[in-house]
Amino acid sequence: MTRDTDDLAQLKAALQRNPVSDPAAKRAALERAMAAFEKLEVPAQGSAQGLRPTPDRPKRAGFLSGVRSMFETLKLKPVLALSTSAAALFLGVAIFLPQGGFGPGLSDSSPIAAPDSAVIKEAPVLLAEPAPAPAPKPAAKRAPAEARARTEAVADNLRVERLVAPESEAAADDLGAFVLAEPMIAALDVPRAQVPASTEAFANAEANPVKVTANEPVSTFSVDVDTASYAIIRDALSGGSLPDPQSVRVEEMVNYFPYDYPAPDVGEGPFRPTVSVMPTPWNPGTRLVQIALQGRMPAVTERPALNLVFLIDTSGSMQDPNKLPLLKQSLGLMLSQLRPEDQVAIVAYAGSAGQVLPPTAAAERGTILAALDRLDAGGSTAGAEGLELAYKVAEGMGGKGEVSRILLATDGDFNVGIDDPEGLEAYVARKRDTGVYLSVLGFGRGNLDDAVMQSLAQNGNGTAAYIDTLQEARKVLVDQLTGALFPIADDVKIQVEWNPAMVAEYRLIGYETRALRREDFNNDAVDAGEIGAGHQVTAIYEVTAPGSPALLNDPLRYGTSDTTVAPQTQGPELGFLRLRYKAPDEDVSALIETPILAETPVTPDANFAAAIAGFGQLLRGSVYLNDWTYAQAIDLAVANRGDDPFGYRVEAVNLMRLAQSLSR
Amino acid sequence: MAIQGLPCALRLIGVMMMDSSDEFLATAAANGDRAAFAALVTRHYDRVFGLCWRLTGSRAEAEDLTQDICAALPSKLRGWRGEARFTTWLYRVVVNAAHDARRRNQTRGRAADGWGTWEIARQDAMSEDRAAMDWLAQSMQRLSSELRDTVALVLGEDLTQAEAAQVLGLSEGTVAWRMSEVKKRLRAMAAEEANL
Repeated sequence: MTRDTDDLAQLKAALQRNPVSDPAAKRAALERAMAAFEKLEVPAQGSAQGLRPTPDRPKRAGFLSGVRSMFETLKLKPVLALSTSAAALFLGVAIFLPQGGFGPGLSDSSPIAAPDSAVIKEAPVLLAEPAPAPAPKPAAKRAPAEARARTEAVADNLRVERLVAPESEAAADDLGAFVLAEPMIAALDVPRAQVPASTEAFANAEANPVKVTANEPVSTFSVDVDTASYAIIRDALSGGSLPDPQSVRVEEMVNYFPYDYPAPDVGEGPFRPTVSVMPTPWNPGTRLVQIALQGRMPAVTERPALNLVFLIDTSGSMQDPNKLPLLKQSLGLMLSQLRPEDQVAIVAYAGSAGQVLPPTAAAERGTILAALDRLDAGGSTAGAEGLELAYKVAEGMGGKGEVSRILLATDGDFNVGIDDPEGLEAYVARKRDTGVYLSVLGFGRGNLDDAVMQSLAQNGNGTAAYIDTLQEARKVLVDQLTGALFPIADDVKIQVEWNPAMVAEYRLIGYETRALRREDFNNDAVDAGEIGAGHQVTAIYEVTAPGSPALLNDPLRYGTSDTTVAPQTQGPELGFLRLRYKAPDEDVSALIETPILAETPVTPDANFAAAIAGFGQLLRGSVYLNDWTYAQAIDLAVANRGDDPFGYRVEAVNLMRLAQSLSR
Repeated sequence: MAIQGLPCALRLIGVMMMDSSDEFLATAAANGDRAAFAALVTRHYDRVFGLCWRLTGSRAEAEDLTQDICAALPSKLRGWRGEARFTTWLYRVVVNAAHDARRRNQTRGRAADGWGTWEIARQDAMSEDRAAMDWLAQSMQRLSSELRDTVALVLGEDLTQAEAAQVLGLSEGTVAWRMSEVKKRLRAMAAEEANL
């Protein structure tokens, strides 16, 4: 402890010994300043140029900079899931967490949740009056996307020796340590080594603020089935440190877990929404509204042939045991899930891009595994070139009705030769129109460029997953392969209109990087997230009833007390949910609408999702949790563990316990 | 205080300028008050130069950067809304300018990122304690640019973590986390040295 203090004190002392400014330089600078001042004063008050009051964050994709796509920070996670058995598992459940509170209760049948009468009373009009609205969240737009379900899998000769090698798991575990407790020392001993000076960039944005329904009744965002953030957090905690709050994306943590949501009936749309309302664990005065989407799981036998192109980063930085070796094992695992008529090709990039394996039928496993095994790390990264080649190969593999997808596997070193990350995104966005999907698998820590990976996957209509262990590889590439590889709905957007008579304030929990402008909801040219076969998406809002002591905003003294707010239904509807999606291959979106009712049963799934959302907010240092702590999150999660056949929930509880110890 | 004649009144204004708060001067300068602007730049030149040096690790670069900032300050002040403390606002301007410079350097293919040209800088006559400065440069080089920015503000400028967070546009938690990272790196460095 004193040691630390000494180090910091030494650094401080050295830093404060800055050179004295040179009088000549100072004079010159002051003269320039005055000259600039006078020059500016002549044309008087124009609009100032070049003001940048907000800090820039060049590497962080997500931040508010209005640049279109960047801000949906994707994480790399459940990208590929194909397979049958997995069907049940990997349903994409989208739970949106709106700002107000989490409401996990799931109603089966059609989604309608009614608020508890206890909390939400008939609001007197006065109370429903608007309070000042918090700042708007950044709107995310993306370029139009049409998605097609044709993936070409090109598998050349990859060969993975041990599909499930026990030792490899140990190595894989080493990958994860996101933040090593002793980075410098760790760099010296081989297996754990991470890049000492981390150059990781995470995409994230400020947590969504509480909004006043009367001012801003409509909340719009894109679905997000990524789960990379959870893997990154797990990695950090397992390595003995709390994760960087910037790396925590609450919706990805919630979406990491499979839930038991009702699937769409035959003849219904590609997914089915379920809404539930429950008391907020951390605030007795609010409630959580959970919106869950369950994607349809097509019968396995009906799935179209798949064309996969593995685009593999073989740059020098990939040689750590938790990178290329883990990647080979992971892809090997996945091969067993492919069907004989599927095709696989492999393109490597590093130094010069090259096709390692021409399109090969998945039946020729030996050939594919051998090609994989020949991959060797070395050289610098030329991602753009490799990407072009991969698209070319994928386009050559496509057949009628087939699904083509590129799986980009990298540790994030994706910048050599790309002087223009935005150009790369634009390229990916253009290629999306050819029907080839792009998903990203992240490996290793140290210079993981989460922001670029998210942005690429988002623009490529794919998902981003982070693979830190062989177990995670199995979850993403085997159990959930179907959802990851077969899209069932593109550009899925969610819009909730809150009823000011029932909900005075709301807060969307998570989805900061997925915000859409209200008008973008109906604009089919604006891109949004995809849902794969069986995917589940969950979003959670924390909502506050009018008159509740938990309200954070005071009514406006000069607010309009007109009745324009009231003309809507005064019934038990908390709000109205609208979903837009496009069927793969379609350009025109379809609309699903359903009211959010106040009365719904609370399920263990909903409680568990709320526990995870609370956990994520604790890690982010949220100000909305009152005195709720890890202990309560643990209790809530343990009590609602449910079946948990794969042990994901137990793992989460253990991570909470770790975080609890580390935060003391 | 009797004011006798115009010259005295002018002097008085000068004196008032010296005592006026940064925020008052900035607002006046933004409205076209030349004297206020002059007082403001003069007052803060050294502060800006100091931070530039901490961010770049090179005296020459710091001087260039400071000059650029001074020249851009009049137009930047157009965006001054008096919402934050002037120094916080100014730090933000400096950090943004340093990031822009870093980026420009990168596109020119220069070894970008600050504290990298120490070998030249150490020839500087300034350092009476070369060993300490070498240690500083080594330490700074081992930190990522984000960590360096944070350290420059928190340790170099003595900001609280909350203030640094405001300047960097991050949450306080992130700044706290970064500082704990810095501690770990320093500890690791010390351990390494001990092993040599």
